[in-house]
Amino acid sequence: VADDADKMNGAEEAPRQQRAKPDPPGYFEGESMTRRRAFTIAAQGIGGIAGAAIVLPAVGFAVAPIFHRGKERWEAVGPVNDFVEDTYRQVVFTETEGIGDAGKTTAYVRKGSKQFEEDPNSFVAVSNRCVHLGCPVRFVEAAGNFICPCHGGVYDFQGKRIGGPPVRPLDQFQTRVRNGQVEVGPRYSVTSQLEPVRARDPGEFTGGIWEYLYPPRPSTFPPP
Amino acid sequence: MPKIPLPKIPESIVPAPLRKPAKPGQGGAAKGQAPADLKTSPPERQTHVQRLTDQAKEAPVDVLAWVDQRTGATGFLTGMLYRKVPKGTNWFYTLGSATLFAFIVQAVTGVFLAMFYTPSTTQAYASIAHINNGVPLGALVHGMHKWGSSLMVILVFLHMGRTFFFGAYKYPRELNWVIGVVLLILTMTMAFTGYLLPFDQRSFWASVVGININGTGPVIGPYLSDALRAGPELGATTLSRFYSIHMLLVPGAIIALIGAHLYLVVKLGTTAPPWVRAEKPKGAAPVSQLDAGVEGNGSGNGASSSR
Repeated sequence: VADDADKMNGAEEAPRQQRAKPDPPGYFEGESMTRRRAFTIAAQGIGGIAGAAIVLPAVGFAVAPIFHRGKERWEAVGPVNDFVEDTYRQVVFTETEGIGDAGKTTAYVRKGSKQFEEDPNSFVAVSNRCVHLGCPVRFVEAAGNFICPCHGGVYDFQGKRIGGPPVRPLDQFQTRVRNGQVEVGPRYSVTSQLEPVRARDPGEFTGGIWEYLYPPRPSTFPPP
Repeated sequence: MPKIPLPKIPESIVPAPLRKPAKPGQGGAAKGQAPADLKTSPPERQTHVQRLTDQAKEAPVDVLAWVDQRTGATGFLTGMLYRKVPKGTNWFYTLGSATLFAFIVQAVTGVFLAMFYTPSTTQAYASIAHINNGVPLGALVHGMHKWGSSLMVILVFLHMGRTFFFGAYKYPRELNWVIGVVLLILTMTMAFTGYLLPFDQRSFWASVVGININGTGPVIGPYLSDALRAGPELGATTLSRFYSIHMLLVPGAIIALIGAHLYLVVKLGTTAPPWVRAEKPKGAAPVSQLDAGVEGNGSGNGASSSR
């Protein structure tokens, strides 16, 4: 119901038919905004803030693990003398704590070899996680290759891809020697030239432009 | 095919809008005769028992009427259940309802499975083994849920194929196609997240592979993988996360979108199959005349050139 102010508003300037658009109810001359519009914006704004106050923390809670990096974990896998240069020894250790056997992973460990210009006092731990889609690869001693049972990925002695669908060499674990024991630590990925980069998931290329297309994740450790 | 006479539907259960009014001179009271229920003598006084029996007979109708008066449900249900469907509607049109039924089976069996399942990495496998071997009918309910998930995925695709090949995604039903595609994605999400829950070797490695495929998406893929796993490796929180997505997040979204999907089906109606030609409206000029000079179809059968 229009009140008196509405009826009078603007009536002197032009007859009703000539006006382009009638003023909305509650409008007074000189106002930049009607009461109704002001209240609409205010109500929607307050509703939006209230909604965001609930939704944003909940979503943040759900995605927080992306930004969380766990504690660096080292595990002894055997005395130094157990490992040789020319073949691998399979070791099993815990990568994720608190979930029992599901948190364990397998690595193939050998001594650094002069043939590959590695420090003879270092140790190389190659992950058994196929970098195609994450199946467990096996080191076949007779062939000197790592072979994946799922889709036929083949890697050479150093873990470089020589066949099948994998996209980069096998991941490695950091190693060190403490009290005569070889210890394995955080996982890292390598480029096709075996340069260490931060750990990537299987299926993701490394090196060159791929470092930007598959950016490093905050949940992984810096490479050695 | 011999025509099978349909049984006569009792007038009382046909909703009022669909009842055929009696033609003049037929049905109703015979001409010149007093209606049978016209009382010519004062009504007899009802006994207590009679009155109670009458009230009891009326009770269900009264309850329904009470609800209906406050909700208007009859009008809505009549419009939905007795809506007109096009000529040529056939068994392929039941695939959507079949998918809905498969979803209901999944929802019901899933609720009961949740009563016995423990979403913990150390107890999940044992709890599934207990459901299968210890709980009466547990293997059946688990089996319905497990095989029903495959059935639902198959039915979704058949339903989608029907919609595609019958051209039922075209104007004005594009939005319903879009909603359907979202429902397809959500159904696949359900299948994927449900696969991890038994936490056996197959579950574990299938989820590893699935998450890694997801991670191959450029730029955001690695972060999506981390969000799915709740960390850089598949762990305890991955299982509870998948469980929450599987039984809370996605089912809610699916139920809401099925509601929207059905609303649009009822609002827009279904399409006729592509082999059914549009009928000539009554009183329209013969189509052969309209088409004359355009296609030169001399058959005289307007329908054959109506496209």
